[in-house]
Amino acid sequence: MARDMSDKDILKMELEQLKKEVNTPRTPVSATAPELISFVETQSAEDPLIKGVPEDKNPFKEKGGCIIT
Amino acid sequence: MAAQEVQPNETLASLKTESETLKTKLEEERAKLHDVELHQVAEKVEALGQFVMKTRRTLKGHGNKVLCMDWCKDKRRIVSSSQDGKVIVWDAFTTNKEHAVTMPCTWVMACAYAPSGCAVACGGLDNKCSVYPLSLDKNENLAAKKKSVAMHTNYLSACSFTNSDMQILTSSGDGTCALWDVESGQLLQSFHGHAADVLCLDLAPSETGNTFVSGGCDKKANVWDMRSGQCVQSFETHESDINSVRYYPSGDAFASGSDDATCRLYDLRADREVAIYSKESIIFGASSVDFSLSGRLLFGGYNDYTINVWDVLKGTRVSILFGHENRVSTLRVSPDGTAFCSGSWDHTLRIWA
Repeated sequence: MARDMSDKDILKMELEQLKKEVNTPRTPVSATAPELISFVETQSAEDPLIKGVPEDKNPFKEKGGCIIT
Repeated sequence: MAAQEVQPNETLASLKTESETLKTKLEEERAKLHDVELHQVAEKVEALGQFVMKTRRTLKGHGNKVLCMDWCKDKRRIVSSSQDGKVIVWDAFTTNKEHAVTMPCTWVMACAYAPSGCAVACGGLDNKCSVYPLSLDKNENLAAKKKSVAMHTNYLSACSFTNSDMQILTSSGDGTCALWDVESGQLLQSFHGHAADVLCLDLAPSETGNTFVSGGCDKKANVWDMRSGQCVQSFETHESDINSVRYYPSGDAFASGSDDATCRLYDLRADREVAIYSKESIIFGASSVDFSLSGRLLFGGYNDYTINVWDVLKGTRVSILFGHENRVSTLRVSPDGTAFCSGSWDHTLRIWA
């Protein structure tokens, strides 16, 4: 547990982690950014908070009314 | 290199130097791929229109600060937990309370709905995560059926069921995260790597495999492999505690909210931060973040009582929502994206659409 570890142990842990990460495979942002964007664009049409939902279809928009259970 | 007598000070210093050298190397490697900014690539994307989002429901009933909430997969039920030890299950359409449990501790900082909708998990200052099956019989005493699942050595900060009701992932003030079997209470895997309290976690969308991200008081966001327990990626660009982390819907990125008053977006394949959502006028910490269904919007709840809505791609704020009368402590978009719920220290929860 981090709280019980000495400063030295914490540093050793960080060091181990850094050694692994330096060799992680990475992709340039010029390649990943367009993919993030195209994901959003394909999904946006169906995103209710963006395109809006007609008052009568969204259960949160209609206020009041009685539900008898 | 074997030392006969290890001087503690030397070892600490040499470790620090090695660490700094590696960090510099890591930054250099990452910088090589930082060939363009996200918002530059997003210039061609159509701008968002005007947003009209209002409070559609207010859930009143907690006697003290609301600390956490989660949606049921049925898109209408919500579980929330509070400083006064109460955990309440609500029907968000009608605002009726369906169940209420009193925990034996105060500051119930974490709660989660089981995927089946048949149970909720919660915990906080009791250092545990407990699961309560929800009974159809409203008179039944839920506390009697409580099952203690997780045991940490410090407070429970967050919990989440995995794809089924059978496993729970927890994060704690003891600096670790852990995966537990609900039935037996057995610890399946523990995750060590944070140097201070872990405050939040989020599981990757199921299609993207077995990873989760955690954020902590050490200003780091770590991505973990659930099977091996290894930290596979780590990000340290925030300047203060990370209060909330949330995966982008595609699983290729995640957002974070921090006490440094910024929210940030990290691209997992580029292995770097690719956007900062901030304004000079925003000086209070962001306590919780979540994406809209498509990932185009990022909702952030802040300690200045507001909710800021950000255009994820362009990096600009598209709306600011007022209504809560104290800090916003928790915020989640509903499973079908039609609304989002915010919980606050003003004792209420609000549904916005």
